[in-house]
Amino acid sequence: MTVMDNPTTQPHRHDQPVDRPVSGSLVEQFEYGLDAPICLTWELTYACNLECAHCLSSSGRRDPRELTTEQCESVIDELQRMQVFYVNIGGGEPTIRPDFWHLLQYAVDHQVGVKFSTNGVRITAERARFLASTDYVDVQISLDGATPEVNDYVRGPGSYDTAIRALTNLKNAGFSDAKISVVVTRHNVTQLDAFKALADEYGATLRLTRLRPSGRGADVWDELHPLPEQQRILYDWLIANGENVLTGDSFFHLAGFGESLPGLNLCGAGRVVCLIDPVGDVYACPFAIHDNFHAGNLLTDGGFQQVWQTSPLFQDLRSPQTSGACTSCSFFDACRGGCMAAKFFTGLPMDGPDPECVQGYGEAALAGDRIVPGASRDHSRSTPTRNQPVMLQLTRREDLTSPPVSACAENPLAGFLPE
Amino acid sequence: MVNDEPKTTEPEIAEIGEPVVTADALVEEVSIDGMCGVY
Amino acid sequence: MACAGCTEPMLDETWRLSPSVALRPEPFGALAYHFGNRKLTFLKRPELVAVVRALDTSRDVRAALEGAGVPAGEWAAYEAALRRLADADMIRPRSQGAAA
Repeated sequence: MTVMDNPTTQPHRHDQPVDRPVSGSLVEQFEYGLDAPICLTWELTYACNLECAHCLSSSGRRDPRELTTEQCESVIDELQRMQVFYVNIGGGEPTIRPDFWHLLQYAVDHQVGVKFSTNGVRITAERARFLASTDYVDVQISLDGATPEVNDYVRGPGSYDTAIRALTNLKNAGFSDAKISVVVTRHNVTQLDAFKALADEYGATLRLTRLRPSGRGADVWDELHPLPEQQRILYDWLIANGENVLTGDSFFHLAGFGESLPGLNLCGAGRVVCLIDPVGDVYACPFAIHDNFHAGNLLTDGGFQQVWQTSPLFQDLRSPQTSGACTSCSFFDACRGGCMAAKFFTGLPMDGPDPECVQGYGEAALAGDRIVPGASRDHSRSTPTRNQPVMLQLTRREDLTSPPVSACAENPLAGFLPE
Repeated sequence: MVNDEPKTTEPEIAEIGEPVVTADALVEEVSIDGMCGVY
Repeated sequence: MACAGCTEPMLDETWRLSPSVALRPEPFGALAYHFGNRKLTFLKRPELVAVVRALDTSRDVRAALEGAGVPAGEWAAYEAALRRLADADMIRPRSQGAAA
């Protein structure tokens, strides 16, 4: 693939801050923002075949305002002009969009590399062979347990098998270096070695990421998030085994334990990354799908580049942040006050500690008065299917022994329980 | 070979107020997976 | 004689940007992305960006440094930076068939 260098395709920005340091560290430069994201997440659809308990995008039902194929192609064209080299495509489940494979090829043909995140449902042997023969495409399989019991508890019955089948197909097709992406929870933090072994078995690279209380995650966060002592276990494991393990820089809040983990150790939201959602809304990051972090809409606000470069929300994020009490903590330079999405969705103030602050300030804050914000958007299915994870069944009312009867049920006796 | 330029990989001793130029000041590798806020 | 892994001075060598690498300007320099090995490198000074862009058409590395206005006292640091780019295959020796 020939790559052309286009130094003059970007418009000159007249609103660039004049106080950007000339030779600051890279992190300092990034905190002032860039003319284009380094990487971004693009959720193609809110439709999903699964109903994971902790879904960050509250996916399930397709939004009727989803971008059309042509609109998606225009987005890719713009990403190419902006020289965004790499996009992470997710959802919902992106492969259930009928035009997914076309858009994948379109992106690759327009100098935009793709990693797509999937539960594996459409990764057949044939698709795996196609992927193995295509350059500039990476595949990331979601898995949240090294065993069916642990995984399916949050992702639904059969989801472990689906993921393994996809990994098997990819391996057999000669696809090299797929990713297995794990959200670390209270229940799977004991399985880190097993996850690594799984990755090795399928010729894949393990990726561990942080559970954020975002989307449906807000409802299950109290039960699922790692306990303080488990964070230490995770941190120690990453220090010892992390050379071949990716993290998406999602554990920079653990830098308070001592040594920083590899990565920028920086909240990238609105500075080096952002989210494009299925209807063209742009958010600071995929864990912050809420009006408070909504930067604009690429259909109504002049396109993605316009939103990225001129959104007031992003300008705000690219100015020095006030971090309140955290700035006096000796670990602030390392943890930077943690994850703003984690703070927001647990009702903690932005200028206070992360809810999982390793120094314990977060626990104290959680015990105080707080108001947890409701979700701005919920694309969850209104009636559960057979894919509903056990966890969601158990956290619903205990007196329910079966899913609620659909309003569309034809049998007049549906739901009738004789005494 | 006569050469006026110092041949060294050590950073130059800086004049007061001048930043020292090292390879680290010029180039930095970043992991494509190393940015928070991405799937 | 191009020699990616050794410590001979590069000044007389000929190099070029690898074909799979894209260079994107940034306010402080440039972002270099290698589509093949997925490596991402930031060039943190506009002068280094100018040197890298000029490699392919310059007589040698020395000429690229001179053309970019890099003070001679900084050439060692720039060479070290170019070595790091070479290690990531961001730049490659220009002469084909050179001794490995």
